[in-house]
Amino acid sequence: MKLEVKNLEKKFKNFTAVKNINFHIDNGQTLGVLGPNGCGKTTTIGMLLGLIKPSNGKILIDDENFENLNREKILSQFNFASPYVELPKKLTVKENLEIYGRLYGVKDLTRRIQEVSDDLNLSIFLNKKTGELSSGQKNRVSLAKSLINNPKILFLDEPTASLDPDIGDFVRNYIEDYKSKNKVSILLASHNMKEVERLCDQVIMMKEGEIVDRGTCQSLIDKHGRNNLEDTFLKLARNKNELE
Amino acid sequence: MNWNKVYGLSLRHFYLIKSSFPRILDLIYWPSIQIFLWGFISKFFTLSSSYYNNTVGVILSAAILYDFLFRSSISYNMMFLEEIWSRNFTNLFISPIKIKEIIAALTLTAIVRTLIGMVPAALLAIPLFGVSIFKIGLPLISLLLSLYIFGITLGLLVTSGLIRFGPSFENIAWASLFFLAPLGCIYYPIEILPEWLQVIAKILPLVHIFEEMRNILINDIISYTQIFLAITISIFYFMLGVAVFYISYAGAKVRGTLINVGE
Repeated sequence: MKLEVKNLEKKFKNFTAVKNINFHIDNGQTLGVLGPNGCGKTTTIGMLLGLIKPSNGKILIDDENFENLNREKILSQFNFASPYVELPKKLTVKENLEIYGRLYGVKDLTRRIQEVSDDLNLSIFLNKKTGELSSGQKNRVSLAKSLINNPKILFLDEPTASLDPDIGDFVRNYIEDYKSKNKVSILLASHNMKEVERLCDQVIMMKEGEIVDRGTCQSLIDKHGRNNLEDTFLKLARNKNELE
Repeated sequence: MNWNKVYGLSLRHFYLIKSSFPRILDLIYWPSIQIFLWGFISKFFTLSSSYYNNTVGVILSAAILYDFLFRSSISYNMMFLEEIWSRNFTNLFISPIKIKEIIAALTLTAIVRTLIGMVPAALLAIPLFGVSIFKIGLPLISLLLSLYIFGITLGLLVTSGLIRFGPSFENIAWASLFFLAPLGCIYYPIEILPEWLQVIAKILPLVHIFEEMRNILINDIISYTQIFLAITISIFYFMLGVAVFYISYAGAKVRGTLINVGE
């Protein structure tokens, strides 16, 4: 599934959170969205997920305007995971996955729950309350929820934030593996530059609501004469004038 | 309407209730306390007031019905607040569920929460105070239906406020019913109100419900017109509540508050 954003803008009264941005994610590609806090990443994801109405611009799904499409049909092919959005803590992992499986209209739900649980090493926690899990386990449950419907487009907001290196690596490996097997398009917002270098085919850098640069990780590193993506990010985040 | 999704969302609340015994106890505790309190007040009034002479249980019946309304509304609000407190709001609103399916799931689940609290309380009143709400007979079903629809409507209005203004609107959730209680003429006839307030009170279903309850218990007369009016007014407000909810949701998408509520 292809996602394209054209001249997307969001204004809140006198403040413009996202300014006229354009990008696309081709089928099976991963786009990294980078930028300092408050640069408009969350607002952009919110618009793509239908939580925020854009002030201007278009979101195209396979060349069709999101606004003209059946919202539920499109959302059933999306999913989202973020450590800042949780699942009900008093419910067991299995109950949470069952509920979201039903909301996403997943067929053969029992088998699908077992499948994602096995893949993410969650089987032994299935009957444990979500709130009793460690942050690494919760993170994997959140990822399992985001994959329950085999999404065509996956939105990941800092999927490995606050995870120890081992679990973080497991999650990155899993995403890489899942992507190669399922041809899913991914939008990844992250502050972990190594993760972005590893997972993303293209990257956009945002600052103050605008896209200030874009390209492959290596092309951006080369263009700005830095040794790695982290240094490139710092340069872009700190010095907008230099870009202009 | 996809009933599998409605069932899925309802399951979320059933699982929550069944997962915690204190939660079930809490649902039963408050209505039972109300029965004790109003049971003793009712007993005192019955013994000391000529108006209530030979009308044992009118006040207690009113208390039970009012609590049913209160629990319906609070159940609805609580289930919505649970999504905010558990930070599950974003997950819910990005899932492919229609607003009408969310409303349907909350409406259907609220009755279960309400009944868990109200059935033991209503049964408790029989041996403790010799008062049975079931003496109202078949019209009780219509009165409960009307109360339930109106309770859900108040829940819808409060949740609309939560979507529009965020969790800071939470306090209004608790205060909403107390605001209408004086106009509902729950424990006294409408004539007690000043004339200008009577006009306002009559556009609420509560007056018609509680006047009818007294009519049945005191005069042993059933007014189907009054029952029909109560249900019709409740349905009208319910439709208004649904419209307000849709408007709030659309407004929240413009203002971006759905993201703030969820995180």
